[in-house]
Amino acid sequence: MNRIRPLDHLILILGTLFMVMPVVVAIMTSTHTAVEIHTGGLQILPGNDGYDTYQTVLTRQGGFTGQVTGARMVMNSLILGLGFAIGKIVLSMAAAYALVYFRFRFATLMFWVIFTTLLLPLEVRIMPSYQVMSQLGLLNSYTGLILPLLASATGTFYFRQFFKSIPDELLEAARIDGAGPVKFFIDVILPLSKTMMAAIFIIMFVYGWNQYLWPMLMTTDERFFTLMRGIKQILQVWVGSQIPDYNEAFALAVLALLPPVLVVVVFQRWFIKGLTESDK
Amino acid sequence: MAAITITNVSKTYPGAAAPSISDINLTIQDGEFIVLVGPSGCGKSTLLRMVAGLEEITVGEVKIGDRVVNNVDPADRDIAMVFQNYALYPHMSVRENMAYGLKNRKTPKAEIEARVAEAARMLELGPYLDRKPRALSGGQRQRVAMGRAVVRQPAAFLFDEPLSNLDAKLRVSMRGEIRRLQKRLATTSLYVTHDQLEAMTLADRLVVLNAGRIEQVGAPLEIYHRPATTFVASFIGAPAMNLLDAEVDGSRLRIGSHVIDARRNMAGQGAITLGIRAEDLHPSATGLPFKVDFVEELGAQRLVHGLIDGQALVLILDPHLPLQDELRLSVNSDKLHLFDILSGRRLEHPQTAANGIPVPA
Repeated sequence: MNRIRPLDHLILILGTLFMVMPVVVAIMTSTHTAVEIHTGGLQILPGNDGYDTYQTVLTRQGGFTGQVTGARMVMNSLILGLGFAIGKIVLSMAAAYALVYFRFRFATLMFWVIFTTLLLPLEVRIMPSYQVMSQLGLLNSYTGLILPLLASATGTFYFRQFFKSIPDELLEAARIDGAGPVKFFIDVILPLSKTMMAAIFIIMFVYGWNQYLWPMLMTTDERFFTLMRGIKQILQVWVGSQIPDYNEAFALAVLALLPPVLVVVVFQRWFIKGLTESDK
Repeated sequence: MAAITITNVSKTYPGAAAPSISDINLTIQDGEFIVLVGPSGCGKSTLLRMVAGLEEITVGEVKIGDRVVNNVDPADRDIAMVFQNYALYPHMSVRENMAYGLKNRKTPKAEIEARVAEAARMLELGPYLDRKPRALSGGQRQRVAMGRAVVRQPAAFLFDEPLSNLDAKLRVSMRGEIRRLQKRLATTSLYVTHDQLEAMTLADRLVVLNAGRIEQVGAPLEIYHRPATTFVASFIGAPAMNLLDAEVDGSRLRIGSHVIDARRNMAGQGAITLGIRAEDLHPSATGLPFKVDFVEELGAQRLVHGLIDGQALVLILDPHLPLQDELRLSVNSDKLHLFDILSGRRLEHPQTAANGIPVPA
């Protein structure tokens, strides 16, 4: 057995503090008023205005049209994050399933074509994507926000590698047991892919949640504003002698932090359970 | 229950120059246990997988019962297969694993339960029905794989080296279990292995394959005692049959300058290959001079390696006999196997072939 060594723990504690302190500071600062923050800088102790600030942030009608609230932005971000994650998993699993289990011409070529799109991030193809969506009349819609980003080379690649690691005999046994392609996918592949799906879900949810550039281009209607835009919006209000609402920006940032953390915590358990339980 | 008929079957993989299986003809009787045996790469698994429907048949015809199944889906061939790595569905319990094939065939629930319970009883899997495969030992997993085949009540069982992943002791006991199960169910079985001992002990009839061709088909003892080729002679039996360069000179069979057999109607002339089983050589007062090289002790018997006229030879001796550096060996003349030196085919003495047991080619 390993003895508990103080030095190891010191390093762990320092590392944890290093990672956690900025988050703590953000949370603490968000509970002070804007004036306190403006005069006193970042805060490390809790203030008294936390409840008010969060309530304001979540419910105050803001923006030019006065229609967008914090809650609305949280919802939009959630729709985007979930839509991305689920859509990408569905699409890349289907693609990988076809690539691995069906023999068709140019399958390998197609895989490499999909794979090379990894080299072309969204920013490179953002103008053509915008134009396509604009001509399809999908600007200012959830469909337009989510659809063009669904094709995922990363997801397809991960699922392909994973499917390839499933022994062929399993497919053969299923064929002899009378399972067709759809049944095999649902009865065997899906349950076996749980951990992969959890991993991809974490990555893709956070990716979707953090999207900034694409929603900004795609939506002019404030009803579709996401949290990321909201944070930016608050700090842009610098009219006359008004102090920027630092507290609200921090509150929004903390709110923006919560769902991804939740997703990671929930799915990580599933993910690790899957890793330790399987013996192959 | 059904016979399996394999007619002129060949298999060429796309892009391969030579066929992996060429022109196989084989009839498996209803209820018979056939073992396909051969070294790795001889095409035995390919042949089995063609019967299963997992590989396409390039040329020829496979019939299960009266039905040509060349283009029939594996699920509809009425066969069940046991794989080397068990191929159990890791996320399903033992019960679900066994029931899956039946569920897909829309078997009534009550009947599925009854069949699974019966198979579990037969294979002593009762206590494990709700466990996942990963919580089972290798032998138990193999039994589940067999249970999955048994519940289907198929026309034929196909085994693809099912015991190769087990340790030696378990392999012996599982071998017995497979044999017992097959006897009891009397289901036609096709079994692939590279282990000649497994093949000998399990088979009603053995099919020895080499390089995609059938070398010999026959009952285990028939193959052991009358190998049709040098390949079969060296593959079946442990230790392998001694194959020596010998010469037929008129009516005398010689190794070097030592005459070991003389008869009127000698098979072949000139240089031949002579096969002698290790247990057919006995020490005697006169005979072939044998120089002992080294000894392997097996407990019940002793394998003595040495040289006759510069050619390597193994013989089995009683471990109680004192060891000497030099021995003289004799062998009964009807225990000699003569093979053509070029083709490796067995040569029969004209008279023995006439009144001996008829030998299938």
